Amino acid sequence: MKPKFIGGGLVILAALGYMIYAGVTQSAVYFVTPSELRASPVTGKAYRLGGLVAPGSLRWDARTLDLAFTLTDGQASIPVRHKGTAPDLFGEGRGAVVEGTLTTDGYVKATQILAKHSEEYQAPHDKSEAGYKELIKTLRKAGQ
Amino acid sequence: MIPELGQGMLLVALALALGGAVLSAAGGRTGRPALVESAQHAALGVFALITSSFALLVYAFLTFDFSVRYVATNTNLGTPFWYRITGVWGALEGSIILWGWMLSLYTLIVILRHRERARELYPWALTVMLGVMAFFLTIMTVAAPPFSRLSPVPADGRGLNPLLEDTGMITHPIALYLGFTGFTVPFAFAVAALATGRLTDTWIALTRRWTITAWYFLSLGLLIGGWWSYHVLGWGGYWAWDPVENAAFMPWLTGTAFLHSVMIQERRRMLKLWNISLVILTFSLTLFGTFLTRSGVIASVHAFTQGSIGIMFLGFLALVVLVALGLLAWRWEELRGQGELDSVVSRESAFLLNNVMLVAAAFTVFFGTVFPLLSEAVRGVKVSVGAPFFNSVNVPLFLALIFLMGVGPLIAWRRASVDNLRRNFVWPVVIGIVGAAVFYLLGVRSALAVLSLTLTVFVAATIGLDFWRATRARLRMGESILAAMTGLLARHNRRYGGFVVHLGILVIAVGVTGSQAWSVQTETTLKVGEIAKLGGYDVRFDRLDAAEESNHAKVIGTFTVANGRRPAVMQPSKKYYPQESSPIAGVDYWIGLKEDLYLVLGDFTRDGRQATVKIQVNRLVTVIWIGGLILTLGTLLSRWPPSPSWRCSPMASASIRARCRRRCSVARRRPSR
Repeated sequence: MKPKFIGGGLVILAALGYMIYAGVTQSAVYFVTPSELRASPVTGKAYRLGGLVAPGSLRWDARTLDLAFTLTDGQASIPVRHKGTAPDLFGEGRGAVVEGTLTTDGYVKATQILAKHSEEYQAPHDKSEAGYKELIKTLRKAGQ
Repeated sequence: MIPELGQGMLLVALALALGGAVLSAAGGRTGRPALVESAQHAALGVFALITSSFALLVYAFLTFDFSVRYVATNTNLGTPFWYRITGVWGALEGSIILWGWMLSLYTLIVILRHRERARELYPWALTVMLGVMAFFLTIMTVAAPPFSRLSPVPADGRGLNPLLEDTGMITHPIALYLGFTGFTVPFAFAVAALATGRLTDTWIALTRRWTITAWYFLSLGLLIGGWWSYHVLGWGGYWAWDPVENAAFMPWLTGTAFLHSVMIQERRRMLKLWNISLVILTFSLTLFGTFLTRSGVIASVHAFTQGSIGIMFLGFLALVVLVALGLLAWRWEELRGQGELDSVVSRESAFLLNNVMLVAAAFTVFFGTVFPLLSEAVRGVKVSVGAPFFNSVNVPLFLALIFLMGVGPLIAWRRASVDNLRRNFVWPVVIGIVGAAVFYLLGVRSALAVLSLTLTVFVAATIGLDFWRATRARLRMGESILAAMTGLLARHNRRYGGFVVHLGILVIAVGVTGSQAWSVQTETTLKVGEIAKLGGYDVRFDRLDAAEESNHAKVIGTFTVANGRRPAVMQPSKKYYPQESSPIAGVDYWIGLKEDLYLVLGDFTRDGRQATVKIQVNRLVTVIWIGGLILTLGTLLSRWPPSPSWRCSPMASASIRARCRRRCSVARRRPSR
């Protein structure tokens, strides 16, 4: 093999490696809970936020398709806004995972509400911490 | 009784497949034809048994035998006739049996076609085919038995997944599985070549043709999958980088790489090791893809979760890779290439670069697909990389591949002279630049779209230039223009078939570029009589109706759509299946060459006075399907057996001439008679 080909091969490999690295760092989306997001908020970064849709927090304007609600894990809560129709299983007192970015105004602007249809998405029966933990565990698994 | 009969047949088939594999290997080793003949009988038996077993499963579906668990979970009394049949392969057990049936069909064709012609390789190839068959039969008897009973017997079944109630359910899985299982044949001949040490031209010629067959069905399966996704899933897209799509795309990429690099081996005797590795890799990727989607390790719309199947696939994959690597190590010396690359500016080098790009694309798709598993292993959390990752890495690779598609077929072998480059590429480059200017003036502002379209024009120009030159040469010989063109296609069908496939890919590229760059969509809520406007269309909401179908209820929205000329009615719906917790969208669309209008019904009020509707104007999507048709024509053209006179001409590759040396001598004698 001539050195020219080996050199060319190395250049291609390096470019490919860089593209993969850059691609992963830009598009990897981490699952966070409201508490984790409160603890270290980074605006403009994409997250998958999972929690319970707080009862009484859901606002839905069918005309403008503005959807607003709060996701909570029992300790912290984050307001979420979305433009568009919510999936059919979405509702107050149920678990949900949203993908979106944290805005400077402190709410998550959702690009997508993940429609995972699972029976395990029910609200914790009691308002205990254990109940929330169980829900978050389920959501974390689904929100990968 | 009938289910037990079906399951029993699969068990007997397993025994026959195992026995046949051993007999055939013994026949290959000792050279005793009687042993190989027994193996053939075993293979015929396997085919007959799987066919009957499959027929019994279809029978169980048609007669609503809900005592069979698989029937009870995948159909119900209300399912229309045809979907009761397609429901047979609607989930894991049935899809594996369909898979196995196709594999046994391929085995049968291999027996019919190659038992005489490839005498040395054939017994070993048959061993591999039957060995793989035995693995799938093991799955059918141990891990996912299609005929296992259910007790108590339910009065009605659960019903087919509603998304599968579509005509695509007939064509998509069949084409895709024919592609997936088809790659077993090239693999079988590769292993046979390694086992016998006959790494000469025969296996390359056989493998190439079989790879084209499998590649074609896989391409078709992918395209129909895209079409299905576009028409049924209601999100207006045709490709989502879903793990299962990726699983089918990876072997397509490596198979494509092989179809190109094999030409370098035919011509220059180089890349032997690389080619045989690509064949093995492609087959391994089909197994890996099945593992990925059938084991439930990765969440996907296609995934059927099932316990022990994943482990079995992983084990078999490990076995395949180990055996293949062992054989490669054993034949290492014989696989060393004889040629050397002469120059960076040459056809070899362009093809090599094409291979690097294709394998790199396959690797990035692989990496992105298993990334959640990797990240979990390394950092304890599952992190997925979505479409942005795949797009950001693959779009540059695909653009480079399109560029190489223009360079590779025209640049000179060994070392391209300045004259060769000038002769072949000045005009295409000029036409490409003119094209870029035209696109810019027409208002295309996205740099990516301009680049992609310009490359497409450049490649199309190289193909046009080549075809025109060849036609002109024939015109000078006094042929009519029609005779010249058909003569070219018929005599050099392999080269021009390849060009037509390239044209098909270019057309698909135009469709993908256009639909990504120019599609528009909106989502809005309308009261009865209100109008939404998008892309020159006025969409008026008229009313909502409810209807009952045999196995579901649906709510139908009626919209009057006008685009300046005559108005027409469109009726998107929402379908409610009792077995599904959420409704399924019934998309309504107008299909056009330039653009499709696509309506999806969203939420609505119970009184029917207000409904949310998603309106999409999807541009140039139809062009993608047209590209698929062109690709089909091209593959058929290149797969067509070359005419005898061409096979003997010095332009045919050495392998083809070797294969028909006898016929060549006959052909040569004939004129003198």
